Amino acid sequence: MLDVARIRKDFPVLERTVRGGQPLVYLDSGATSQKPTSVLDAERHFYENANAGVHRGAHALAEEATDAYESARSRIAGFVGARSEDIVFTKNATEALNLAAYAFSNATALAQHEAAGIDPRFVLRPGDSVVVTEMEHHANLVPWQEACRKTGATLRWLPLTDDGRLDLRAVDDVIDRTTKVVSVVHQSNILGTINPVRLIMDRARQVGAIGVVDACQSIPHMPVSVGELGADLVAWSGHKMLGPTGIGMLWGSAEILDAMPPFLTGGSMIEMVRMEGSTFAAPPQKFEAGTPMVAQAVGLAAAVDYLEAVGMEEIREHEHGLTAYALHALSQVPGVRVIGPQDAVDRGSAISFVVAGLHPHDVGQVLDSRGVAVRVGHHCAWPTCRRFDVPATTRISPYLYNDESDIDAAVDGIRAAQAFFGTGAQHAAPGLS
Amino acid sequence: MYQEIILDHYKHPRGAGVLDRPLGEAHHVNPTCGDEVTVQIGLDPSGGLLIGYLGQGCSISQASASVMAEALTGRTPADAWPIREAFLELMHGRGTVEPDEEILGDGVAFAGVAKYPARVKCALLAWMALQDAAIKAGLAGAGPEDTISEDAQADGGDEEGRAAP
Ligand SMILES: Cc1ncc(COP(=O)(O)O)c(C=O)c1O
Repeated sequence: MLDVARIRKDFPVLERTVRGGQPLVYLDSGATSQKPTSVLDAERHFYENANAGVHRGAHALAEEATDAYESARSRIAGFVGARSEDIVFTKNATEALNLAAYAFSNATALAQHEAAGIDPRFVLRPGDSVVVTEMEHHANLVPWQEACRKTGATLRWLPLTDDGRLDLRAVDDVIDRTTKVVSVVHQSNILGTINPVRLIMDRARQVGAIGVVDACQSIPHMPVSVGELGADLVAWSGHKMLGPTGIGMLWGSAEILDAMPPFLTGGSMIEMVRMEGSTFAAPPQKFEAGTPMVAQAVGLAAAVDYLEAVGMEEIREHEHGLTAYALHALSQVPGVRVIGPQDAVDRGSAISFVVAGLHPHDVGQVLDSRGVAVRVGHHCAWPTCRRFDVPATTRISPYLYNDESDIDAAVDGIRAAQAFFGTGAQHAAPGLS
Repeated sequence: MYQEIILDHYKHPRGAGVLDRPLGEAHHVNPTCGDEVTVQIGLDPSGGLLIGYLGQGCSISQASASVMAEALTGRTPADAWPIREAFLELMHGRGTVEPDEEILGDGVAFAGVAKYPARVKCALLAWMALQDAAIKAGLAGAGPEDTISEDAQADGGDEEGRAAP
């Protein structure tokens, strides 16, 4: 059992009030998590004591800053069971996924002019396919659409069942010998579904495709050992796991990182530069062009320490309980329909729903007027909304600092919205058009 | 924020539907939430505006379309565009603009919405689509370019005014 009251004390923002003095009920951690004092202190301590450019400069601070950056990398790597050298820092998960997608379009462009040194696994041609799912965040969809546009490859996707899970019967058909890359979300940010990524990655391997996992919503909420996902590349963000904004990660197997062409180029990522051309540093430096986000790495390492001290298994258990509680509470409100799995099995705590006769914006507004922060809209998963025939949803996404009283506040707010717009139980049938 | 007038327009939209012979039409979406509206513009025999609209979205975006249709239908373009200007000014005022009921009619009810930046886009959706439809119909009046660039500036150049394909 998590001591939520004690945990909340570590998050100063949770003390504040909003909208006329009401306590803040923060249920939008799926968008970004709040930060504990220890993370803020770590960043501040770095700037006050060791700030300098890393991997360059011959002075004491530069040395300490480099140490801080690299030891942050190794703590973050340890958190996901990886080796330090296999963790690339990016600005967020979106950039990490673009880095992966650009490896394909860049390799394809390079292969037109130079045959040597281009790994054919990254070369996309008309007739090749790229596979995602119908529940991807735009960050794991649009970069692949673009890679296909640039190369003539075809985008395919694994369809969903009506209860918001991947239709696994399609896996062997959709992923076939034409498939060069399979990129799949581990835990959906809109449906909450936890996907059996190992199974899908194994199929990718079987057909010789590169496997990518978007672990944005899983790594913050459950113990994840990246190597066990069976993927070649895994992307996620720091800001959803108590860390600062401005830092994301791409884990890759050493072999794959070595074979991939770089994404952003410039300083820090080179081995040798001449006017005629350049060679590149070994990974992860090969993918970290320019001055990196040192303070953010230090802050994220402190976040990892915090999460480990609480315990990722404990956090998963806690959220599992909250998820079951919330699903039950929502099922008691007439007119509420959860979009995604209806039970807490293989399901994370992000819960999207629609309320009959009420637009999600209006639900969100009424909740906000009561101090309850939720997200409304398509959650950067517009095709998923379309799949379930809803223009948008309202989403609650609790984390380690939430408890049942927060869920109650959200449910009370939904009932208040229904009462306000006159669409409660009595009026659930006729929608407002 | 949710004035009775807004709720009333939401539940009983005025003049919703399509025109027989539109002179121009524009479909706008709010990319952050998926609200959408199609606005059509036409002229009656005496030169007054006809406005048709269809949409789906939150109470604010739908009520705003209804208020717009009610306020502008039957007016000449020359009379209508200052009302649109006044509504835009109100919505971009972050709650500091005092609305003039003489000009805006039920549009004054949206004064409270202007304090919620996330909802301003909802309130403006139909009005932006109207502007596009008017340009297509050749009814935008003098200096439509001026109007557009002014809007884009006030919105910090974001997606609000952009039409979906
Ligand atoms: C599943 C998923 N993938 C990718 C992203 C993109 O993360 P970021 O915006 O930090 O790049 C998010 C979060 O918004 C997400 O939930």
